Amino acid sequence: MGIFDKLSGWLLSIFGKRHVAIGIYGPPNAGKTTLANRIAMDWAGDVVGEASEVPHETRKIQKKDRIVIKQGKASLTIDLVDTPGIATKIDYHDFLEYGLDEEEAKKRAKEATEGVIEAIKWLDNLDGVILLMDSTKNPFTQVNITILGNLEARELPFIIAANKIDLNGSTPATLKSAFPKHEVVPISALNGVNMDLLYEAMVRKFGKKRK
Amino acid sequence: MEIKVNFISQEKLNGLGEQEKLKFILEEVRKGQILVLEQGLTAEEQAKLIEMTMEKVNEKFSGIEMESYMSEKQNFWGRLLGKKRARMTIVGPADKIKTVYRDKDVIKAVIVGKR
Repeated sequence: MGIFDKLSGWLLSIFGKRHVAIGIYGPPNAGKTTLANRIAMDWAGDVVGEASEVPHETRKIQKKDRIVIKQGKASLTIDLVDTPGIATKIDYHDFLEYGLDEEEAKKRAKEATEGVIEAIKWLDNLDGVILLMDSTKNPFTQVNITILGNLEARELPFIIAANKIDLNGSTPATLKSAFPKHEVVPISALNGVNMDLLYEAMVRKFGKKRK
Repeated sequence: MEIKVNFISQEKLNGLGEQEKLKFILEEVRKGQILVLEQGLTAEEQAKLIEMTMEKVNEKFSGIEMESYMSEKQNFWGRLLGKKRARMTIVGPADKIKTVYRDKDVIKAVIVGKR
């Protein structure tokens, strides 16, 4: 461990807020629950919820409290909040393509709309956010822009995680150039690639005392 | 096919409170109108509009398509109030307008017929 790490750990132990609520936000199917499960498994040996390829699988806030992330001498206790995907439109017809019958699809759509509202309202209860984007897709979506704008307006510390770097067509560099003022960490939540970089960023960013 | 796009002036929206403004936008969109707002919405207004939209989603109305260019620079009042506003916002019913491409400087959208 270098002098800087020792100094940073010492400063964190004195000034840092060590117990924070961290939300995972992003559009549907970015891998939010997969990431929440990865973090919870790595540090608490448990999962937060069920992930699925059907959009809007998570339709209610899911929480895992008191996860302790350690980085050298510094540590951070987080209440992890996995949120429903934020969308501007929810059409029940889209769920029919995944084999759901009409009644199930309509029910899922209704619950998904409630989930979006709940996710937006939860921004007021958090100390920090991991904004998760799918690195195989165009980052300039309205949902990404709106979430990012709200995080900036609330002055909430956040990290952009460019997920799915294990897939062909992933271009995390595009995300980095799209948001040059913000920290972007390329990860694969599914395979655990670069999770050490994300944990380091979380402890550093979310462990700081907020102004 | 006749396509109607309404350009809404800054003066019109400035004369409305936040709630009134978002209600006006959503009501117009639910009537099938596509709106181009001369003065864009703030990020908070965009989030509130998404919330209000979700309350109205049903089998006939699936939601909105919205695109904004956020302003890189804030004006005096923006800096004072800490609010970053979009330079321009386009909003319409999700079944009528689809964004086909977007980057930092270009938004390409198509207006389509109903499902």
